Amino acid sequence: MPYLYNTAEQRTAMLDRIGVDSVATLLEQIPQALQLHRPLDLPAPLTEIALEQRLRQLADRSTGAADRVCFLGGGAYEHFIPSVIDELTGRGEFYTAYTPYQAEASQGTLQAFFEFQSLICELTEMDVSNASVYDGASAIAEAVLMSMRVTGRKSRVVFAGAVHPESISTVRTYVQHLGCEVVCTPLSAGVIDRDQLSAALTDQTACVIVQSPNFLGGIEDVTAISELAHKAGALCVQSFNPISLGLLKRPGACGVDIAVAEGQSLGIPLQFGGPYLGLFTCRSEHVRKLPGRLIGETVDRQGKRCFVLNLQAREQHIRRDKATSNICTNQGLMALRATIYLATLGPQGIREVAELCCQKAHYAAKQLAQVAGLPLMSTAPFFQEFAVRCTDPAAVITKAQQAGFDVGPLLSRFAPISGLSVEDQAQGLLVAVTECRSRDEIDRLVEVLA
Amino acid sequence: MRNTIATRLLSDLSTPGRRGASYPASDVPVEPLASLIPSAFLADAAPQLPELCEPEIVRHYVNLSTLNMSVDTHFYPLGSCTMKYNPKRHERLSRLPGIVDVHPYQADGSNQGMLELLYEMQQMLGEIAGLPAVSLQPAAGAHGELTALFVAAAYFRDKGEQRTKVVFPASAHGTNPASAAIAGFDCVELAPAGNGLVDLESLKRAVDQQTAVFMVTNPNTLGLFERQIDEIARVLHDAGGLVYIDGANMNAIMGITRPGDFGGDMMHYNVHKTFTGPHGAGGPGSGPIAVRDFLGPYLPGPIVTQSTASDGTTTYAQTTPAKSIGRVRAHFGNIGILVRGYCYLRTLGAAGVRAAAEDAILNANYLKALLADVLPAPHGPHCLHEFVASASGALKDRGISAMDIAKRLLDYGFHAPTVYFPLVVPEALMMEPTETESKETLDAFAETIAKILTEDPAELKLAPQTLPVSRPNDVQAARNPILKWTPCVKD
Repeated sequence: MPYLYNTAEQRTAMLDRIGVDSVATLLEQIPQALQLHRPLDLPAPLTEIALEQRLRQLADRSTGAADRVCFLGGGAYEHFIPSVIDELTGRGEFYTAYTPYQAEASQGTLQAFFEFQSLICELTEMDVSNASVYDGASAIAEAVLMSMRVTGRKSRVVFAGAVHPESISTVRTYVQHLGCEVVCTPLSAGVIDRDQLSAALTDQTACVIVQSPNFLGGIEDVTAISELAHKAGALCVQSFNPISLGLLKRPGACGVDIAVAEGQSLGIPLQFGGPYLGLFTCRSEHVRKLPGRLIGETVDRQGKRCFVLNLQAREQHIRRDKATSNICTNQGLMALRATIYLATLGPQGIREVAELCCQKAHYAAKQLAQVAGLPLMSTAPFFQEFAVRCTDPAAVITKAQQAGFDVGPLLSRFAPISGLSVEDQAQGLLVAVTECRSRDEIDRLVEVLA
Repeated sequence: MRNTIATRLLSDLSTPGRRGASYPASDVPVEPLASLIPSAFLADAAPQLPELCEPEIVRHYVNLSTLNMSVDTHFYPLGSCTMKYNPKRHERLSRLPGIVDVHPYQADGSNQGMLELLYEMQQMLGEIAGLPAVSLQPAAGAHGELTALFVAAAYFRDKGEQRTKVVFPASAHGTNPASAAIAGFDCVELAPAGNGLVDLESLKRAVDQQTAVFMVTNPNTLGLFERQIDEIARVLHDAGGLVYIDGANMNAIMGITRPGDFGGDMMHYNVHKTFTGPHGAGGPGSGPIAVRDFLGPYLPGPIVTQSTASDGTTTYAQTTPAKSIGRVRAHFGNIGILVRGYCYLRTLGAAGVRAAAEDAILNANYLKALLADVLPAPHGPHCLHEFVASASGALKDRGISAMDIAKRLLDYGFHAPTVYFPLVVPEALMMEPTETESKETLDAFAETIAKILTEDPAELKLAPQTLPVSRPNDVQAARNPILKWTPCVKD
């Protein structure tokens, strides 16, 4: 075993010092009848050479974005990842450290997460960001629970329009025992039907959850939605796309109370769905109800600026069953990736990426409609992703795949989307276009599908 | 070596006009933005991010990294966290194309290698647990606990039983009661018994027809095996309840005994601990759960299933169990961490897994023996992978607290043990050396602790004295929270 230090002589010396003759004696506290008296049934051990061969053999039977042309969306996108991110997060001092319980020995981590919180606040125009949660869907679940704590209302939450179906499923799992009604109000012409939303709001509604751009790509009037929510005494929770904030009005400017996101776009590889990054922000008046870790600035005993885990009285290791969340481990290394990504891009870079995504997506949508005969499903404005209608979407996907392109996902793989007819959901196909796609790739996709 | 650069914040370093990334001009015809998106939806300006060039970002973060202690640089005996060596081969292999670039909505047909890897991981975790049904979805240990409690709730609901209580010992991790509360259960804490183990009599009094689950860490947070675990399980099963094993301490028992064999019905793993994740400065983790067959239908979906055609070809698919509780997150799971755990288990095999656990136990007992005279552990005589020493003697005799020892260790180049947990030991120092440390390191660590205990107690209150900062003011931080950068006002 390549990772053990102890030699046979050392083991003997250590056992002598302990005062036992073998490790078996140390194991006597485990009753014999409960011990496993056979080797585990695991595959035989591999040397590093053989392990690499095995991993390459497996990896060769999965072909990802590097070997195909990726127009896939649905909340995970192939964006360009600057080289500095892998280099810097590959430093052992970051990735082999743990939760910064000893502040003096963890200033690198603590300062980096304080910078993360600062940059996410700049990106969203929200007051407070925590140091991240698991992913975008669980961030929405935590936002729902937090809305219940803030409003004292536990019986109703309202999803407005097309929120990611996997987020809705996650929230249902988290609240199913609370007797909480999860209501999904319908879409109309690709965006939230505001009359139907108004009608769904009661004085028991904890929050309205709006995703913008929504699951079908449409940009919502978040300001109007948050006004409706507030009129009913509910909080407004927005799930946003971080790259879109290079162009779009930001959650803090739209009156949103809690803004959350899937942060994968910020320098995190696709890696079949995780680890990703849950962004979680709120207004300052709600900070003591916030879930997850928070880093704060303070001074040390000599008055020097430094950083610590802050407001830990909210957390499980102190408050146990009264904690604001059970979360312990956050997404540390992914938060570091996002921080370096945002620092590298700066204000100009994120604007340029957002503009490239937006322009290329609109070009692709136009070409798909005009040349390939795949019309947009709605006239709603969109950012980098849109839904097209095809009579045989599975055939479209197959045709694209055979030519080396991935498009989708199909809307039919998800639970019913409120306000979408059965026919629309059966015929809908998502297409996402990022800065990584060239005009040539878009033109070739259109040609294949024409 | 002076290093003042890293103490400035990114935003302090910002200089208008600098940039770290450039993008090509658009190769598609550019339309006026306002013709694509109504101007009411557009921001007036770009977000106010700092403006930096690439070399200063690199210097900033490389310098910041040197302010951390880590497993790569220091002995890091943080109890309950299993800070073991993170093999470098995992980092390279988890970044192979075909792993790192697979989109979650790619067709299963173009993703057979990944699905095979995950299927094999499910099988291996099921075997190590002795609990055959596995979900890889939870993102961390606490997430796994919560998921398993949702599974238990769904199971009882399905059986038409109203069970409202979750019971756990006082030495439980804080995540146990927090997860139980979020899953909607009432929490019942058992009073600690003198020997550090679950008191069977108080368990019997606490468990009734309202009890859904007993959550227990085994070995427990004192590093002791709950030797009556089969009797504990019988109490729960007789009352119709379930036993949940918090797998935080699996590093002690993998290959030696199995939760499924000692009465557990459900458990979670911490892949970032036991199977060398790594810890990533606080995540991402990965918290798969393993359960008995009768709980399998309630697991979150998707899981990977295998099928073999009549011509012998094997295919893998994502499927959702029949009575699934639904999702606890988007997508399949924390694949990047699971791939590293897979590499670890494939490297070790059955004999290696057991050897790792045995050396973890040997190292912990050796360190415990070295410290027995100066910093005794109240429970014993032997421990498994970790033990909890108490500084209450040192506090009484010389005014030296667990915190003083922890802070002073930093000066000597050792990360501190976990302090003040579990709550059942006063002035607790919870030490988990892991198997990937040498006898020489343990000797030096024990000598250092003995030396610290002879130092001037007043001086120890000032420790650490050689690190960039010392004893941050937590009270001020909480009273007046500063949670993000704000520009300093210059005269």
